[in-house]
Amino acid sequence: MSDLITARGLAKRYGGRRVLDHVDFRLAPGEIVTIVGPNGSGKSTLLRLLAGAETASAGSISRMPGLRLGYVPQKLHVDPTLPLTARRFLDLPHRADPAAARAALLRVGLEDGVEKTQMSDLSGGQFQRVLLARALLQDPHVLMLDEATQGLDQPGSAAFYRLIEDLRRDLGCAVLMVSHELHVVMSASDRVICLNGHVCCEGAPEHVSSAPEYRALFGSGTQGALALYRHDHDHHHDHAHDHDHAHDHGHHGAH
Amino acid sequence: MLDDFLIRAALAALGVGLVASTLGCFVVWRRMAYFGDATAHAAILGVALSLGLALPVTWGVLAVALAMALIIAALSDRRQGMDTVLGVLAHSALAIGLIAVTFVPGARLDLESYLFGDILSVSRGDLAVIWGGGALVAAVLAWRWQALLTATVNPDLAAASGIDPGREKRVLTIALAVVVAVSIKVVGALLITALVIIPAAAARPLSRTPEQMVAAAAGIAAVAALGGLWLAFRLDAPAGPSIVATAAMVFAVTNVLGRLRG
Repeated sequence: MSDLITARGLAKRYGGRRVLDHVDFRLAPGEIVTIVGPNGSGKSTLLRLLAGAETASAGSISRMPGLRLGYVPQKLHVDPTLPLTARRFLDLPHRADPAAARAALLRVGLEDGVEKTQMSDLSGGQFQRVLLARALLQDPHVLMLDEATQGLDQPGSAAFYRLIEDLRRDLGCAVLMVSHELHVVMSASDRVICLNGHVCCEGAPEHVSSAPEYRALFGSGTQGALALYRHDHDHHHDHAHDHDHAHDHGHHGAH
Repeated sequence: MLDDFLIRAALAALGVGLVASTLGCFVVWRRMAYFGDATAHAAILGVALSLGLALPVTWGVLAVALAMALIIAALSDRRQGMDTVLGVLAHSALAIGLIAVTFVPGARLDLESYLFGDILSVSRGDLAVIWGGGALVAAVLAWRWQALLTATVNPDLAAASGIDPGREKRVLTIALAVVVAVSIKVVGALLITALVIIPAAAARPLSRTPEQMVAAAAGIAAVAALGGLWLAFRLDAPAGPSIVATAAMVFAVTNVLGRLRG
C-alpha cells in the first residue's frame, strides 16, 4: 500500500531560530510511529506540520487524497467562558451520531455519565480519553497524539498506550505520536524516530535504542530509556536510580 | 406601524441586541473584548470621514471599522503586549476621530448622537440597515457555526480537520465590523462593546452548551433592549445607556445566582 503521509526536506524556522531542518518522513497505513527527542528538538513542531496546524518554512508534505486525521493535541485549554459538555465536544467539527458517540466513549473506557459533564470538570485521564474519543469519531486513517499522557501518572499513561495499541489493532489506523515517556511508548512502537532538529536515527525500537546518536541524547550505556524498559521487566535492582533518570527526561521532554 | 418612532426605536434596539449578543458569545469565548472596543472606537473616525465626504454614515463606519479590525488582526499574531497595542489603537482612533469631526462643518452637533446613540431618530432606512446587516451576520455565523466553534475551542484541532482557523478568525473580524456599523446609531460608539459582551457574559451561568449560551444571550439582549427603552422613557434617560444598564442588571442577577448555585 502507498504511504499515508510523506514529507521531504521539511524545515521550520521561528524568526531566526531553526527548529527543524532537512526532515524526511513517511507513514505507512497501520504502523505505529513514535517521535522522541529532547526538549526543543522539534517533536511537536513536526507533528503539527504533519497535521496541517503549521506551515513549513521549506520542504513539502503530501497526504493521501481524502486522508482523515484524528488529532489529539498536547494541550487543550477550554476557556471557562465557553460552556461545553463532553458530548458537545464530540460534535466538533462534525455532528456525531448519538450511537456512534456513545460507542466511541465506551471504546476509550468512559461511562455514559461523562456525556453531560463539562469539559472543565473532567479529570485529566477522562479529558484525554474524551479527546481520543473525538479523534476516533473522525474515522481516522491516522491517529496523531502529541504528548497525549501529560498529567497522567505512570499506570495511567501505560493504560492509555495499551488502549492506543488496541485501537490500532481494531481499527487498522496508523498511529503517529510524540512522547517523552520513552520506556512506555517505545515498547508499543513499530518504528521510532529520534529527533533533534533533524532526524538523528530511525528504525525499530531495538535498533534506535542501540544507536550511538540515541544514546548521546538519552544517556549512555545501559541507562538509555529502552534499557530502563527492559530493566523494569527484568526487575533489575538499579530500578530506582534508572527511574529517576527517565523521569528527568520526562519533564524536559514536554515541548 | 413603522410610522411610530417608538416602534422603530424598539425594533432597532431589538435587532442590534440580537445580532450583537450572538456575535458577543464568540467575542467572550475568544477574549476579543478589547478588540471590539478598538473596532468600535474607530467608528468615530468613520463618522467623520462619512460626513466629510457626504457618504452614508454606515458605509464610512463599516470601512474604518473593517480597516481597524484587520490591522489589529494582523498585529495580534505577533503577540507583543496585545492589551497595550489595543489600548493604543482604540483610544488613538477615538481621539483622531474626535478631532476629525471638528473639521466637518455642522458635524459637532451630531457628535453626541454617534458617541452615545440616537435611537429615537431611527428611520425606516436605518431599520433596513440594522436588520439587513444583522441578518447577514446571523446567516454567516449559522453557516460557519461548527467551523467557528472548532477553531474557537482549539485552532490545531480545526486545522487537523481541514478548517483554516485564520479564515474563521477573519470571518468573526468582519462580522464584528458589520455589527459596529449597524449598532452605532442605536447605542453609539462608546457602548457598542457593552452590548456585545454583557448579554453573553450574563448568559454564561445559565448555559451548558455553546448553543444554549447563544440562545440565552439573545433572550437577555431582547429583554435589555426593550426593558432599557422602557426605562429610558420612564426616567427620561438616554436610551443607549439605559439598554446597557439593563443588561448589566441581568448580568448581576445571573452571575449571583450562578455563584449561589455552585
